[in-house]
Amino acid sequence: MMVTVKLFASLRERASASELRIELAEPATVALARDALAERFPTLCDFLPRVAWAVNRAYVPIETELRDGDELAVIPPVSGGCDDVT
Amino acid sequence: MTSHEDWISLLPEPLDAAAAVAFVTDGQAGGIDVFLGTTRAETSSDGRALIALDYEAYEQMAVEQLRELARRARERWPIVRLAILHRTGRVAVAEPSVIIAVSTPHRAESFTACRRLIDTLKQDVAIWKKEVWADGSGTWVGGNPNDETRNPNE
Repeated sequence: MMVTVKLFASLRERASASELRIELAEPATVALARDALAERFPTLCDFLPRVAWAVNRAYVPIETELRDGDELAVIPPVSGGCDDVT
Repeated sequence: MTSHEDWISLLPEPLDAAAAVAFVTDGQAGGIDVFLGTTRAETSSDGRALIALDYEAYEQMAVEQLRELARRARERWPIVRLAILHRTGRVAVAEPSVIIAVSTPHRAESFTACRRLIDTLKQDVAIWKKEVWADGSGTWVGGNPNDETRNPNE
């Protein structure tokens, strides 16, 4: 099965890619997709323990099962709005 | 109370606070609260000046999340009209990156709703920012694996 992976911000820059397709054996989970990403992009390894995951634009836990055609987004810590530094 | 469509948008151009106020202006409201988040000039510990913030969004998810924030706010407060606008791209010092405008029948509710909306937006909406320094370097906020910014799933 194939899933589309979207990368943002620091991860997008580290991987030099904003979107890619990865092939996973079934049954696949977000955790297995994470392992596949870490193998393909060793530069992401130190980020991956701290990210959140979204499948089809909703946050999910890492053990969530993936289906063919899912859009998996790797979400680094968010910082919208303004005035973070206190 | 009549229910109005909210104005929720991610925009690559400068945000227009007057347009947001005009949008939430309504004869059913007795108070309008407006929050603008702006880029603050900073100096890094090694003396570089911050010139702008670059905003990046997972646009489809961020808009869905903002709509959900608006829906939950409407369940909680008697909001007449609501606008949530957020920039993408480069936002220079003193320019707004986010505008929240809320009108409610009485002023206390508009202060509370506006405050709660900006606090929640910052916690989990899929938007990131990069500090852009005068020497051309950039730093993603929360994007450094060694810092302690919160993960929204935790």
